[in-house]
Amino acid sequence: MQEYFIIIISAVLVNNIVLSQFLGICPFLGVSKKLTASLGMGGAVSFVLVLSGSITWLLQQYVLNPFKIGYMQTVAFILVIAALVQFVEMVMRKFTPPLYKALGIYLPLITTNCAVLGVAIINIQKDLSFTKALVNSLGHSAGFTLALVLMSGIRERLEEADIPESMQGAPIALVVAALMSMAFLGFSGLL
Amino acid sequence: MLVAVISLAVMGGIFGIVLGIAGKKFAVEVDPRVEELISLMPGANCGACGKAGCAAFAEAVVAGEANPKLCTPGGASLYEKIAAVMGTDAGSYEERKTARLLCQGGFEQAKMLYEYQGVHDCHLALANFKGPKACNFGCIRMGNCFRVCPFGAIEMGADGLPVVDPYKCTGCNKCVVECPQQILELVGVSHLVTVRCLNLEKGKTARDICTTACIKCKLCEKNCPEDAVHVEPRSFGSVAVVDYSLCTNCGICAAKCPTKAIQITEQIDENVVREMGTPEDASPEPGCGSCSVCAG
Repeated sequence: MQEYFIIIISAVLVNNIVLSQFLGICPFLGVSKKLTASLGMGGAVSFVLVLSGSITWLLQQYVLNPFKIGYMQTVAFILVIAALVQFVEMVMRKFTPPLYKALGIYLPLITTNCAVLGVAIINIQKDLSFTKALVNSLGHSAGFTLALVLMSGIRERLEEADIPESMQGAPIALVVAALMSMAFLGFSGLL
Repeated sequence: MLVAVISLAVMGGIFGIVLGIAGKKFAVEVDPRVEELISLMPGANCGACGKAGCAAFAEAVVAGEANPKLCTPGGASLYEKIAAVMGTDAGSYEERKTARLLCQGGFEQAKMLYEYQGVHDCHLALANFKGPKACNFGCIRMGNCFRVCPFGAIEMGADGLPVVDPYKCTGCNKCVVECPQQILELVGVSHLVTVRCLNLEKGKTARDICTTACIKCKLCEKNCPEDAVHVEPRSFGSVAVVDYSLCTNCGICAAKCPTKAIQITEQIDENVVREMGTPEDASPEPGCGSCSVCAG
């Protein structure tokens, strides 16, 4: 039980996928302007991440390892992720059209979101069992959503703030991201 | 090598089948009229309709949320085509409105109280003794409407008054809201006769401060065959007002008006397909008129 707890704390706070490992920066900066959109994006990425995390683990264990084609890892994983993203897109377009519109291009871009591929590969590299891989994926997706939601909260406040003209928009967002990343360094003493 | 190829092919096949089934199951039905309307649209994505581009406008039209005549570049021929697709009559669409300035007090006509040398802004000028003009009802001539117009439809004329280009004006209402004197009004394009003065003061006072003011002589009221013009009492004083629902654009009142406060606007030709911004006009996307509506 303790192991799982450590995995979760490690994935959410200490090794936060965005702020400590710098994966998935594109949606982190792109979809963090509004709280609702960032929650939707966090949900969509979490769904894809957890599913792809478990499917790729099975794939590695029962296809890639027995046939000794480990070098196909990246291609095979990307194939899984792309198919899953397509699936999520269809479901979302059918059931939540406003969210589909709010996410826009960032939804198909989950395919190339390195956070998803990153977690899948981390699961394999750390040699985790299936349940641990699942928990690790869950933790990382929670960490991703957390980073996005925190960022969008700050950026909604920045809208009201009196920022020098040349710093408005992307520059101040990058500065904020850097400060958040430094703040998350403080968690490294947790484990 | 062979194993790798086969396993990838099998995976691809499985995913393909699953996605194919899901695609059928979660298919979203799109109204075919939307596609049809998009193909009819001018494709300028100018934002004149207030929607983010032609596709969004087509969707709104099909949903019954947008008036087809809001498409300014389309012109009358487009309204007919939209009506044909939608199975309605183009005549039933609400008329397009454009902004009209209800003041003719230019440099020559209006008397000034003092020379304003402050910041070029209507609100600020108005804060100094109700503006530099002797008339407290007219245009301040500092061009806030000109600056607020997202379509470049307002230009400051030689007489200091803003001139609205009815071909470019989309009736977005921004200048009407901005004007501190409420001297701009949205009027349907078919209504041509307008009283271009809002001065409520007595005839002599009004004439002393502006040569083209409404002097409440009631000549328009007496001569109107349709009983459409009246000198109406307002909060204090009165001013001539045209009832657009009765006016037939005969122009008798404009001819009789001794100060030419009543004017006939030139009829605009709805068949003219207007030139919106070309891609060379510093626009980020081809066909974008740089109206900034989408950036909202």
